[in-house]
Amino acid sequence: MRILKKISLRRKENKNSGKEYNGAIPQLRIDILRRNGLDCEPFWQSFEYTPRDISETVASALTRLNEQEELQDINGNPAGEIRWESSCLQKKCGACAMVICGKPMLACDAVLMELKQPVRLEPLRKFPVVADLMTDRTVMFRNLKEMEAWLEDKAEPSEKKNAFAHEASRCLQCGCCLEVCPNFMPEGRFFGMASMVPSSRILNWESVNQNPAIKDQYRYHIYDGCGKSLACQNICPAGIRIEDLMSRSNAAAVWRASSGKKSRGM
Amino acid sequence: MFQITIAGAGLSGLSAALTCAEHGIECNLISVQPSERAQSVLAEGGMNAALDTMGENDAPAFHFQDTMKGGVFLADPNAVKGLTDAAPGIIRRLQSIGVPFQLKDGDLLLRPFGGQKKRRTAYAMSSTGKIVMNALIDEARKYEAAGLIHRYDHAEIIEALTADYHLSEDYPAAKGRDIEDNFPAPEDPFISEGRRDTFAWTSSLKEKNVKAVSLKKMSGIKVRDTHTGKISEFPAPVIVCTGGIAGFFTGLTTGTTANTGDFTASLFEKGVQLGNLEMIQYHPTTVAISGKRLLISEAARGEGGRLFIKRKTGSSGWENWYFMEEKYPELKNLMPRDVISREMYRVMHSEDCGGQVFLDMTHLKKETWDGKLADLRKEVMSYLKLDPAKEPVPVSPGIHFFMGGILVDARHRASMPFLWAAGECACQYHGANRLGGNSMLAAVYGGHIAAEDALTFLNSGKMNLWTGNENEPCVNGDDPNVNVGELRVKGYDTRVNIGELRVNGGKPRVNDGDPRVNSDEQPGNADEQSNEQTDTSGRQKKGIDCTQRVRPSFGKKLTNILYEGLGIYRDEAMMNTACNRLSALEKEAATNTERNRILLGKAMLYSALERKESRGAHSRTDYPERRDEEYQKTTVAEYHNGNIRISFRDIPLQS
Ligand SMILES: Cc1cc2nc3c(=O)[nH]c(=O)nc-3n(C[C@H](O)[C@H](O)[C@H](O)COP(=O)(O)OP(=O)(O)OC[C@H]3O[C@@H](n4cnc5c(N)ncnc54)[C@H](O)[C@@H]3O)c2cc1C
Ligand code: SF4
Ligand code: SF4
Ligand code: FES
Repeated sequence: MRILKKISLRRKENKNSGKEYNGAIPQLRIDILRRNGLDCEPFWQSFEYTPRDISETVASALTRLNEQEELQDINGNPAGEIRWESSCLQKKCGACAMVICGKPMLACDAVLMELKQPVRLEPLRKFPVVADLMTDRTVMFRNLKEMEAWLEDKAEPSEKKNAFAHEASRCLQCGCCLEVCPNFMPEGRFFGMASMVPSSRILNWESVNQNPAIKDQYRYHIYDGCGKSLACQNICPAGIRIEDLMSRSNAAAVWRASSGKKSRGM
Repeated sequence: MFQITIAGAGLSGLSAALTCAEHGIECNLISVQPSERAQSVLAEGGMNAALDTMGENDAPAFHFQDTMKGGVFLADPNAVKGLTDAAPGIIRRLQSIGVPFQLKDGDLLLRPFGGQKKRRTAYAMSSTGKIVMNALIDEARKYEAAGLIHRYDHAEIIEALTADYHLSEDYPAAKGRDIEDNFPAPEDPFISEGRRDTFAWTSSLKEKNVKAVSLKKMSGIKVRDTHTGKISEFPAPVIVCTGGIAGFFTGLTTGTTANTGDFTASLFEKGVQLGNLEMIQYHPTTVAISGKRLLISEAARGEGGRLFIKRKTGSSGWENWYFMEEKYPELKNLMPRDVISREMYRVMHSEDCGGQVFLDMTHLKKETWDGKLADLRKEVMSYLKLDPAKEPVPVSPGIHFFMGGILVDARHRASMPFLWAAGECACQYHGANRLGGNSMLAAVYGGHIAAEDALTFLNSGKMNLWTGNENEPCVNGDDPNVNVGELRVKGYDTRVNIGELRVNGGKPRVNDGDPRVNSDEQPGNADEQSNEQTDTSGRQKKGIDCTQRVRPSFGKKLTNILYEGLGIYRDEAMMNTACNRLSALEKEAATNTERNRILLGKAMLYSALERKESRGAHSRTDYPERRDEEYQKTTVAEYHNGNIRISFRDIPLQS
């Protein structure tokens, strides 16, 4: 709830600042860190762009730039299609995460007129670049497998557990939290919140239903490595209450697990 | 050991993969993006099942009736019966793998949804799709770790591969003999149960003294690794689960950009039959946002939301006219979607109305906002900058779902051997209009049925299970295309070698190759930039090929044409204009994928032109009546010898 309030407040400010632009929408410059592949040199390229309206997002701008017959950069040089990933365009799939003006964000959540000018777009830095703004986030999915995040046995529906299960189901696997986490490295032992959130859903069920290995994995890959600064929670575009999920999961995987069978019901 | 290739990893793909895995059969689960990004995660409102936990004496038979009626009797009744009978079990099963459906006193809480007289939609907040997907993804992960599901989640399917096979009285001997190409098939050789008249066909061949006929079968799919650009092939059998064709209407649908529809188009080009392409669902309550249309879930009306428009009163004032409640006193704001969209279109274009329809939810209780509709409220606030609990939301109809697609029978077999289809890409269950809450259900159920059938088929080892011809060879006999092993991972590597992440001597930060990335330095001045760009063009040619198969500018043109031709209301002149414009655009098509889009676009328009009546989502101003005699049939589109053929096929009788 706390997070929810924060978001709606921020939106209000945005709305007001947006209103100043009523009528005349200025032309913007968008700088994009381009790269044709991991073994090619990266280079910056600038584009001129006039937003369609004050609520236009970076995702929409990228789409419209690419829709141009012959895309040209600011100097009139031909520029090939800008490669980036998208799917839902409404903050629900995590595909479009990139670094926008220095901050990891979802491109479909970044409103052009609310960003620092010129708008700078870079790929996420913790993952290998595929091309331009597209990165290879395979490691996130591999880590979840390593976590052994699945149920071995049937879950029993329970009203008490629903709210927690909903929250734990909200992770988009976008990778923004990993980008800002000081302790996460792609090949490292610490898996970060992108693994914690989905795992917490499994840990939420009665311990008999879990894959017993998940607790060990949790301690090794999450609990041991986390500095609890919560930089991840502040950046999470889904506004997941990471702190809550983590303290419940710590209780299930670390405290309760080590102090024998205390209340199994949570 | 067989492996089944599953194309697409949304609800239907996951459901098919889990079915295979539970039987101990390996499958390849292929998708252009990980499941977390599939359109299924967008579903909000819920899933239908006659669980009868609300004390309303609900039963699958009522769910069946509502589905058939909602689809204006175009759906296959036997398939729908299977679906509605299985629905309660599916919801219970999802609960058992950890889906936190909303509960009340320990049992399922169901909400009312459009076109249904009883409450039967199970839901989880207003994020049912995301939450159900999560549970299925976790479940699939278990089998991935066990080596039963092989996931390829950055693999774009770019082409359907087919091979010839020969149908004759004694197959193996017929090989190498004169094959009469393109022998005109009497109706269709492969059709749904009850009309499996291959035997009749082969004897008719005999009469005509034709020794054998060459036909096509699915042999596999061609896939491009979007991270490396490498092309590989996966063999048949294939279960297609690639979702709807939202990509044909870029920016104008509630769906995702990833469901391009191009694989359906490729299948069509290879001769696979498609059905009911003219049936495109316009959801009544959508809002244009940056780059797409945002859906305001039917749950908003299920929980009490009301539609109104401003109407002039006799004196000089305006009143709120709740037109749905006035015209449809029984189901009111919960009429089927096609009906509401048409009503909205009418009032929006009416002289004495204000033009804009609003969805009024301001009277809903605080508990409803905090619990059931919390996500919805947050979403509306963030995108529209208005609070739906305080102000009515301006809404208009937008493209949401495709009832038509790959034609399948009740077992989900497509018109070509070794090909199954399920989920939104398939033409099944929804007839001329889909009920809200039925498509998640259909995706889970359809994926399961398709996989079950594929397994039965493979276990038998005989093609004759498909064609009905006893003399057909074993699938795994002399046909290299079906022998899976070596073909499977031709050139495809799922694992990124972590070593490769290191650039410049072991530093893990991948962008460190560029000194500017991690500094605060802004891009240089214009001069420096133009220097950089001089070798840009050189670089542009290197690197990997991960551009889109269809140039976005071309896609946009196609979208505009189809959108004009296939609106909520259609007439012949409108559609003919669109056809002509498509033919003109065809000359600009530069790739096969672009040409296939034109082809499928034409098939959609031709299907709509040929259905000279109004039914469900297909409303023609020049033929406003429903004409059961001629058109209570499935529209079949087929590409044959360079021509698109449209025909109408009888709906199977209820058995
Ligand atoms: C906003 C919204 C809300 C909805 N709400 C509801 C609801 O409340 N209730 C309900 O019943 N239904 C709802 N629906 C409809 C329902 O979500 C979908 O019909 C259903 O989820 C489709 O599942 P699917 O498995 O067929 O396809 P999808 O989930 O769309 O999955 C398609 C898969 O195919 C892959 N793919 C596509 N093309 C290619 C290619 N060329 N190469 C490789 N992979 C490819 C994708 O990556 C993806 O994995 C909603 C739909 C939308 C858009
Ligand atoms: S709390 Fe800090 S260390 Fe832990 S995951 Fe979040 S950012 Fe990383
Ligand atoms: S926890 Fe938040 S930031 Fe991290 S991957 Fe999930 S949605 Fe993205
Ligand atoms: S495109 Fe799905 S989160 Fe941005």
